[in-house]
Amino acid sequence: MAHPLVPVPTPETQPYWDGVAARELRLPRCRACGEAFFPPTPVCPNCTARDIEWFTASGDATLYSYVISARPSKLWNHEGPMSVALVALAEGPMLVSTIRGCDQTPEALQLDMPLRAAFAPFDEVELLVFEPAEPAGGA
Amino acid sequence: MQPGEIAIVGAAESTSIGTVPNVSSTGLALDGAANALADAGLTAKDIDGLTTGYFPLADISRQLGIFPRWGDNTIVGGCSWMFQLRSAAAAISAGYCETVLVVYGESGRSTRHLTNTSDFGARGGMGQQFDGPYGAGMPAAMFCLPVVRYMREYGLTLEQLASVPVAQRKWAAMNPRATKRDPLTVDDVLASPVVAWPIHRDMCCLVSDAGGAIVLTSAERARDFPKPPVYLLGSGGGLEAGLSSPAGVRDPLHPEFIRTSGRDAFGSAGITHADVDHLMIYDAFAHNPIFGLEGLGFVGAGEAGAFIAEGRTEPGGELPMNTNGGGMSYAHTGAYGMLCMLESIRQVRGDAAAQVDDVDIAVCHGWGGFWSACSTLVFGKDRP
Repeated sequence: MAHPLVPVPTPETQPYWDGVAARELRLPRCRACGEAFFPPTPVCPNCTARDIEWFTASGDATLYSYVISARPSKLWNHEGPMSVALVALAEGPMLVSTIRGCDQTPEALQLDMPLRAAFAPFDEVELLVFEPAEPAGGA
Repeated sequence: MQPGEIAIVGAAESTSIGTVPNVSSTGLALDGAANALADAGLTAKDIDGLTTGYFPLADISRQLGIFPRWGDNTIVGGCSWMFQLRSAAAAISAGYCETVLVVYGESGRSTRHLTNTSDFGARGGMGQQFDGPYGAGMPAAMFCLPVVRYMREYGLTLEQLASVPVAQRKWAAMNPRATKRDPLTVDDVLASPVVAWPIHRDMCCLVSDAGGAIVLTSAERARDFPKPPVYLLGSGGGLEAGLSSPAGVRDPLHPEFIRTSGRDAFGSAGITHADVDHLMIYDAFAHNPIFGLEGLGFVGAGEAGAFIAEGRTEPGGELPMNTNGGGMSYAHTGAYGMLCMLESIRQVRGDAAAQVDDVDIAVCHGWGGFWSACSTLVFGKDRP
């Protein structure tokens, strides 16, 4: 059996995990009210409609808040402290993730910094992570 | 339900708390239940309603010899027993039963095993799929996620955050049952290891073994018991996000579910903040009392850190808070709601270790999950 921290999809969340396997962030969106939401559910949490479609999100996000955990799971195969972040997606929903591609320090992790979706190994699967976005216009 | 219609007539912790080896979670619960029944001068045969939470109702009713007419097993995290007490009061008011026993026990430190926590991090649950891998089972890495943004928004300093356990240690120093009683300074807290920056170890609750139970019944019957009744004047509750992270909280710096719970509790009790003589705010981490003070409206947004750092919740302060020492100094098993209520009840009865003078009205506020549920109860010495 997989490690208890390895996510176990349900039929309702499987499209999200299919997206992760294809290295795409896919989100559910309600056709009735137009709201994207997370986590996936068959009933829109905004208007209770059941007319849900999936789309590939922009991957753009910003850093809402975070901690720097001294004891991340070994399944990340990550040396040293690791950020755990509240990430605000450009499409609206907030989710928990980690920020890669920069020092795991308060100096490097600036609130509201632009992020983009990426994927990183976790045990035998990959999970959604975020990286600092390239500076606009290139520096 | 009218304020004071229901009263607590029995309340007790397990005989031992802190580190209690070789006793199961169920064993701690049964010990607490027997102590609470003795406190009320009752036996199991007098109980016709039961709530347990972390154990199947049938397990506890069978082992205690209770044959309830009504039961409730709501689990919303650490404040589940506060939710259950509110439901029990409604059940008594509705005539479903007369006398309810609310039972809790958790060997959080020594033997750990619980028999009924399946909706917390279960395989396939939302928290297990979308939060668990990042927080890796560390409550500090989930519950404390909003803190950094709060610090930037309101200028809360690390020193002010560290002053929360420092203030509570002053209460714990007067309490022989508290696990940590030695004096603590802000420098000590900031010198303790970083668990999940900005959270240091001494800003985190203990990991303890404890049980406890409460007996409640109608106010009309409550006069016949050995201990003075503690009346339930009002109550509130709220749910917002999933169990495992604050990601679903609509406004993580000003969570609506706290305000909802507080408004309902104060409103149903017919009290104002000025009426409150004693306050408990469940402290799994140092930021919890800050968010609680603000969400319940005792202070304005961004003011609670300075309020605590100035000593206003310490011994001698205007708003005595977490007077058993709290989860950070007294004991914290994993779910602190029962211990939190029991300190409120002792203070209203007048038999707490660090007794505050003239506690007529006490407010108890607890959390469930990592920013997903809360409960607010108002207890009083007199029936209005």
